Amino acid sequence: MFDIVSFIPRAVMQGIPLMLGCTGETITEKSGNLNLGTAGIMYVGGICGVIGAFLYENSGVVMVPVLTVLIPLLSCLLGSLLMGLLYCFLTVTLRANQNVTGLAMTTFGVGFGNFFGGSLIKLVKADIPSVVLTKTSLVFSRKLPFAGNLGWFGRIFLNYSFLAYAAIALALIASYVLKRTRTGLHLRAVGENPSTADTAGINVVRYKYTATCLGSMISGLGGLYYVMDYASGVWTNGAFGDRGWLAVALVIFTIWRPNVSIFASILFGGLYILNIYIPTGPNLAIKEIYKMAPYVVTIIVLIITSMRNKRENQPPAALGLPYFREER
Amino acid sequence: MIQISKRGSLSRGKALIIRAVGLLLGILLCSLITVIVTGQNPTEVFATIFKGSFGSNRKTWIFLQNTAVLLMISLAVTPAFRMRCWNLGAEGQVLAGAMATTACMYLLAGKVSNATAIICMLFSAMVAGAVWAGIPAFFKARFNTNETLFTLMMNYVAMQIVSFFCVKWENPKGSGQMGIINQKTQFGWLPQVGNRYLLVIILAVVLTLFMFFYLNSTKHGFELTVVGESERTARYVGIKVERVIIRTMLLSGLICGLTGFLLVGGINHNVSSEIAGGQGFTAVMVSWLAKFNPIIMVLFSALLIFLGAGAKELATGLGLNQSFGEMLTAILIFFIIGSEFFINYKISFHKKEREVK
Repeated sequence: MFDIVSFIPRAVMQGIPLMLGCTGETITEKSGNLNLGTAGIMYVGGICGVIGAFLYENSGVVMVPVLTVLIPLLSCLLGSLLMGLLYCFLTVTLRANQNVTGLAMTTFGVGFGNFFGGSLIKLVKADIPSVVLTKTSLVFSRKLPFAGNLGWFGRIFLNYSFLAYAAIALALIASYVLKRTRTGLHLRAVGENPSTADTAGINVVRYKYTATCLGSMISGLGGLYYVMDYASGVWTNGAFGDRGWLAVALVIFTIWRPNVSIFASILFGGLYILNIYIPTGPNLAIKEIYKMAPYVVTIIVLIITSMRNKRENQPPAALGLPYFREER
Repeated sequence: MIQISKRGSLSRGKALIIRAVGLLLGILLCSLITVIVTGQNPTEVFATIFKGSFGSNRKTWIFLQNTAVLLMISLAVTPAFRMRCWNLGAEGQVLAGAMATTACMYLLAGKVSNATAIICMLFSAMVAGAVWAGIPAFFKARFNTNETLFTLMMNYVAMQIVSFFCVKWENPKGSGQMGIINQKTQFGWLPQVGNRYLLVIILAVVLTLFMFFYLNSTKHGFELTVVGESERTARYVGIKVERVIIRTMLLSGLICGLTGFLLVGGINHNVSSEIAGGQGFTAVMVSWLAKFNPIIMVLFSALLIFLGAGAKELATGLGLNQSFGEMLTAILIFFIIGSEFFINYKISFHKKEREVK
């Protein structure tokens, strides 16, 4: 039987990293920066959190819950902020090509994550076999104490850690800011037509920097959630997989709307693990076809939006294009 | 006050110097990181890096072979890039070619002669690669669908298809991998030219010359350059833009498919979703760093492969993780990307003039 009560929470937990990645990337793309480094940034966010937590857990001091959360959180945010700054410096200040920079960032981020994930123990000469951050993970994945007593309702809606709710809140806030505030309007103007925005007195460079850095930090949290909550504090090289690219796909799927991403990312999370839940019998190969679903769905959305050519469903007009004031 | 202005043109020598400085700074930072992480002295580090590609005869051949493969994928994506059509799907197109080759090797085994099989493999691989590039190209030409995102997604579809067949045709049962295809009969394995590495290298050289000629001295090359510079101009002079887009992307996919054919039939005799190993993305960087010039691409692919192999050698020797190489390569690319700015733009410093009262 298809066990929906156990399926949904797992789909949600799969979806949260995607949701964070998608919200971050949407904010970034709204400023006209197509940051293909998101996959790398999520790796960096995850591993920076791991490094912070690892050093704290092995420092020998008595662990305080507040610091147990704050140290990985801040190191994750710092790591992803630096990645965002690097991207902006190269593409906005040095006017480099966004696609190439993004791909280089992904190469860097994945390499950085796997290198430190695989070599952390050797580098600090610790006396343990693998990076397992059980104590930190316990604090990160702490759930509402009464959630288990509320039957299926509790299991489906209340059984998550604080980062999961933060992800939903961030998506809603991002959606509100983009759609309803002056800042959001300015940001969208920068992404649609930077020279017009510049003429209207909007500081294009500042908006691009702020949006991209903020977006990177939110995406980075996705990596942190994955390793601390979903993977119970165990860093395995390559385990994060292609979730970063899935987040980029999700941005298209949601047609650049963070509030839609809440449902869409849970749907994607569900599609990602659907192969475990659908009984396939001895035919294991078909599972690989199910894993294709999120990408195929994204392609279909991409085609349909471009065919219908409705103005409000298009990518930001200046997405991927550099802006030089002197070349207007 | 800092003022940035576009340079008219920069002499080749000066541009080369700026690039070299950028590269040197990058190498400096990389070696600094390496020295800090490993605690070895720099000369030792460089010696190890050098050994990664030239430590033995075999390593040198592998270095040349890997350079050839990366070069071929870079050449494949170049015509599309020259047209400002961001084909990020090389990974998937290589996989499509690899899968088609595998299918021929698996299904035709023992049914036809070896030569017929190889012709089938080559043909189907090129068609598969071209189809994989053609789908996004069609939608780009017809509906202006964003090709960057489309080709990106196609990569993962291709990966899953390969994984599907790997499990379906697994050998031995339960491993989820195909293993070496036709290991005993060597059916469908490409013949060796000289040694087992040379065939790919020769093909890469031929392809480089072809691409140089195609881009610079043919009507097709001219047309796609015009489309890249300005679509409106292209339409005005009577170039059928849609046709050029589809034709160029098909060529891209065709060469990727050919590379996939070589990877499976000639080099690995094995297929997995990792067979392209991210080179589809590295190729994008190589092509762009070389400014779409096929001859310069040879240098950049060699440089990246050299560094990758060197960093691997370093990491293995010290028991560190192999991803060290990826990290260092990316840092170097950042520096090369950054140095482009100083080639294209001039920075001049002015003193702020005092306001006249």
